[in-house]
Amino acid sequence: MLQVEHLTKCYGTVTAVDDLSFEIGEGSVYGFLGPNGAGKSTTMNIMTGCLSATSGSVKISGYDVYESPREAKRLLGYLPEQPPLYLGETPLEYLRFVGEAKGLRGGELRRQIEDVIEETRIGDMRSRRISALSKGYRQRVGIAQALLGSPEAIILDEPTVGLDPLQIVEIRELIASLGKSRTVLISSHILSEVQNMCSKILIIAHGRLVAFDEPAKLEERLSSPGEITVTAETDAAAAKSLIDGVEGVKSSAVESDTPERSVLTVSVGQRDVYEVSKGIFLAFAHSGFALSGLAVKKANLEDIFLELTEGEEAAE
Amino acid sequence: MKAIFTHELKSYFHSMTAYVFAAFLLCFVGLGAMIYNLEAAVSNFEYVLSFGCLVFVVIVPVLTMRVLAEEKRQRTDQLLYSLPVSTTEVILGKYAALIVLYLIPLAVISIYPLIFAQFGEVYLPTSYGSIFAFFLLGAALLAVGMFISSLTENQGLAAGIGIAVILFNYYSVSLSEYVSSPALGSLIALLVLICAVALIIKVLTGSGSLAYWVGMGLAAALLVVYLVTGESFEGLLPDIMSALSLFERFYVFVNGIFDLKAVVFYLSVIVFFLFLSVQSLEKRRYN
Repeated sequence: MLQVEHLTKCYGTVTAVDDLSFEIGEGSVYGFLGPNGAGKSTTMNIMTGCLSATSGSVKISGYDVYESPREAKRLLGYLPEQPPLYLGETPLEYLRFVGEAKGLRGGELRRQIEDVIEETRIGDMRSRRISALSKGYRQRVGIAQALLGSPEAIILDEPTVGLDPLQIVEIRELIASLGKSRTVLISSHILSEVQNMCSKILIIAHGRLVAFDEPAKLEERLSSPGEITVTAETDAAAAKSLIDGVEGVKSSAVESDTPERSVLTVSVGQRDVYEVSKGIFLAFAHSGFALSGLAVKKANLEDIFLELTEGEEAAE
Repeated sequence: MKAIFTHELKSYFHSMTAYVFAAFLLCFVGLGAMIYNLEAAVSNFEYVLSFGCLVFVVIVPVLTMRVLAEEKRQRTDQLLYSLPVSTTEVILGKYAALIVLYLIPLAVISIYPLIFAQFGEVYLPTSYGSIFAFFLLGAALLAVGMFISSLTENQGLAAGIGIAVILFNYYSVSLSEYVSSPALGSLIALLVLICAVALIIKVLTGSGSLAYWVGMGLAAALLVVYLVTGESFEGLLPDIMSALSLFERFYVFVNGIFDLKAVVFYLSVIVFFLFLSVQSLEKRRYN
């Protein structure tokens, strides 16, 4: 469906995208993950023909974006980071323009506009000026624009940035529903967002692909940071002696200490972190002290990046 | 292209731009008609147009300043790039909208000679020949304005540069009379022109070395020609200034001559600046 081959983009002496290659199949939602400045937007701009590549190629269902742009772009819908809206127009006028530019005419145009308005739920706003719409609705109009012409693939660049929590939830639901019938590629720098929505995740750092896998497998691949935060209803000394007796505990550090309650961070060696946390729970249960908190620290994006990019450097 | 054209045309009528443009043009030409045809009772409508063409200095930049600069500022150019529409179609669609917008007040103006003909002797061929040349002059200036708008994302800057360029073009013939005609003066002026060309190449291609070598090549060629036939440089600069003047060719029509050479010149200017606009838009992808 989407083929990116040896893509490189240099801005003067800075290499934004460095020999990036990947292939995306049909259907479902793909996440494109990376920290700010990793080259996500640059890659998406190149994929949609908004930017030229220094070298390499992008093919959409076999059509090269630069050699046969018309055919390739017909198969793509794109929402850039900043929705490209004409603020003085109403969503209806705006969508009519985009639809016509995508080659839709007459009844087909009207039908598709109604469909995307319904799909993105902007019906109540259709005759208001875009400049008067909230950020969430503007984002929806941007997505509606990308959906016109029934493209096979939709590329959304950070679609939830700058929205309030409620709008973020709504946009996520919308994207999940879009993924049922089309290929959707969304970029983000928030791991949890991508984890929930996407069936596969691409991670890039410094313009290079460092991982491309299903979220669950990605988590497996990462050795967990192996830390447990324990909140015990006793003083630190008693808690520490209990914890240190558990099999698999490498070390433990006291975070806070009062006679009634103490918080400790436990570091686990090579053992499974969940096994160790079970051991801690049982140790406390046997001793009769209460545990009011037991939290396994999950890998966050920073850890994944550090690990993946460090691995990359070591491989070199 | 049709989608770009209709969208662009609608957007002009959405904002006040279309009305301001037409009102200014009609007002200025109306004023001229009142002074020449009514007050002074001269039956030549072409004099009115010759008086009226000064209005282009203001109305062309006002109309063209936002045409591409605003797309860049609002990031809607990304939409245009991602649509299955080529940059050439974008430029042609936008230019066609500008032309239609310009033809509307011009259609009203075209009625004036017929009205005056009811009340006296009007030589219609000269009047309509001049209106035709007036159209070409405006169309060429619109192409220039569009190119200037493609260079920046700041509307104000686009308008400022547009006014300066058109004003300079308007006065270039009068100015050329004051320009020194010795060979050395022409040589220096041409070198300055070469620097300007090199600068445009740098802005368009973003390649400093290409601009440098083209500039150096042209300058070297110029120096060689100067050393071989220095006397041919005498009076060259004023000649070039009047040759490049878009307005000067329009006055030929006012004097009652239908100059085909001028028509070709105007069409070449239009094609050249539309080509430059396409290149300028393409270049943004390569920044």
